[in-house]
Amino acid sequence: MFWQVVFRRVISAGGVVVGVVCLVFVLLHLVPGDPVDVMLGEYARPADKEALRRALGLHQPLPRQLAQYLERVLHGDFGTSIYSGRPIGQLLWERIPATAELGCAALGLALLLAFPLGILAAVYRNSLVDVAAMSFSLLGVSIPNFWLGPMVILVGAVWLGWFPVSGREGLLSLVLPAVTLGTALAAILARMIRSSLLDVLSEDFIRTARAKGAAEWMVILRHGVRNALLPVTTLVGLQLGSLLGGAVITETVFAWPGIGSLVVEAIQRRDYPVVQAAVLVIALAYVLVNLVTDVLYAWIDPRVRFEREP
Amino acid sequence: MKRLGVPGGILLAWIITGIAGPLLPLTPNAIDLSHVLQSGDAHAWLGYDDLGRPIADRLVIGARTSLLVACGVVGISMVLGSVLGAVGGYLGGWIDHLLVRVIDVFLAFPGILLAIALAGVMGPGLDNVVIALSAVGWVGYARLARAQVLSIKTRDHVMAAVAVGASRSRIVLRHLLPLVSAPLLVEASFGLAGVVVAEAGLSFLGLGVQPPIASWGSMIRDGTRYMLVAPHMVIAPGIALFLVVLAINLLGDWLRDWLDVRSRS
Repeated sequence: MFWQVVFRRVISAGGVVVGVVCLVFVLLHLVPGDPVDVMLGEYARPADKEALRRALGLHQPLPRQLAQYLERVLHGDFGTSIYSGRPIGQLLWERIPATAELGCAALGLALLLAFPLGILAAVYRNSLVDVAAMSFSLLGVSIPNFWLGPMVILVGAVWLGWFPVSGREGLLSLVLPAVTLGTALAAILARMIRSSLLDVLSEDFIRTARAKGAAEWMVILRHGVRNALLPVTTLVGLQLGSLLGGAVITETVFAWPGIGSLVVEAIQRRDYPVVQAAVLVIALAYVLVNLVTDVLYAWIDPRVRFEREP
Repeated sequence: MKRLGVPGGILLAWIITGIAGPLLPLTPNAIDLSHVLQSGDAHAWLGYDDLGRPIADRLVIGARTSLLVACGVVGISMVLGSVLGAVGGYLGGWIDHLLVRVIDVFLAFPGILLAIALAGVMGPGLDNVVIALSAVGWVGYARLARAQVLSIKTRDHVMAAVAVGASRSRIVLRHLLPLVSAPLLVEASFGLAGVVVAEAGLSFLGLGVQPPIASWGSMIRDGTRYMLVAPHMVIAPGIALFLVVLAINLLGDWLRDWLDVRSRS
């Protein structure tokens, strides 16, 4: 049964991937404005425009372009960058480790912050701790990361001088970007852990555990938190997408050499094949993360494993 | 109602400055090189930016930018998404199937990423920002409207409307959408916060409104270059943005609780 669920999820994720490739392609080609005009400027010679249009394959009908693009992408060929002339696949490979590093650090930081905050807030409900934790949560979701970034640079790098302002050299340089990217996620997670744990703590088996005389910390950690984990797992999977989206801005603020800053650089250089490929890679990462979350979920929770699709 | 005082006041201030901004005697674009990067004085109480323009005046114009974009995007994506979702949910069949597939694909993206790419390809400008954010914004409303319509489409009053021969469009518009509007409004209130942040984010990346028009996002971006000498350039627009987003989030929480209570009673 478990493998059936996995198989079904993989098939549907495959469908989504093909859909994602088509959507990126169609949206970026249907929007008003001619990329050739944008790249060469309005006053370029018609012959030059035509040459670039042919070089990019833009002279063919859209469905044909899409079919060719789909075929090349499925073979792992993203084309070449107009700006640097290098294969785009190579550019992406150079940037992926930095984004993965930043994403993992932000996620780790968010979990480290969110669990203690969420658990304390639920256990000491309506106390000062609860109010403080939930205030942090509300602030965290309301501070945009492109403002939080400059603020943590101001405090951590300029005033205190503990961390480098930007760039990617050594572990210390990872701290400020990870704080910037992870704060919103920590805020959302803390809130979710609190409400999920509050639900679980009112269940009968918690009362039973207490009645058996189990120590309070044991009741909360072994019986409470463990059962509150399920909705949290789903949320982490879903939120990783916004983490990847937020990485675009955070990487730009800190000149962090990842996929996100590649998107912005490519937009500024009018290097559309690179924009398209980078957006695609981030979306694929998101689909993959959600697939893994789904499978993990089915593995953790037998109820999901044995469900029947209507 | 007590909880609404402060956030309601902030939102009201945002809306009023956004609407009335152009009527005020402001000089948001007046370059004055003798005041470059100076902090506040009697004329400009929040200080001056890198071109000597008063920051307070530019904040007012920034409020207008974010209000225009927020209302435009939430309006367009809510109408478009609700109608598509309701139609799909009511009609079922291949139309609904197609809609669900399209929604799945859109949800496979971090929305802001797609908006950044779209805005980048279309080029900067207020209208392009609205198009880019609406193109990714409608999905949430469509999914919600579809799910809600599915749960009420077999109710008696809908059956009665079918029986008396009401057209499909009349059933969707008059008998289904009004009933599902409460959750859509809650979604819209949180969506508003998302759009305000997204507009500022696009402008921060240089993909939003063009100079000299002010946006809180582009003001933050300009300010980051002078953070060491004039931190007020970053702090002022950031606090404005933060307060508005915080107020919208608080209002959304309140709206959600309030509508829940009403539907229970």
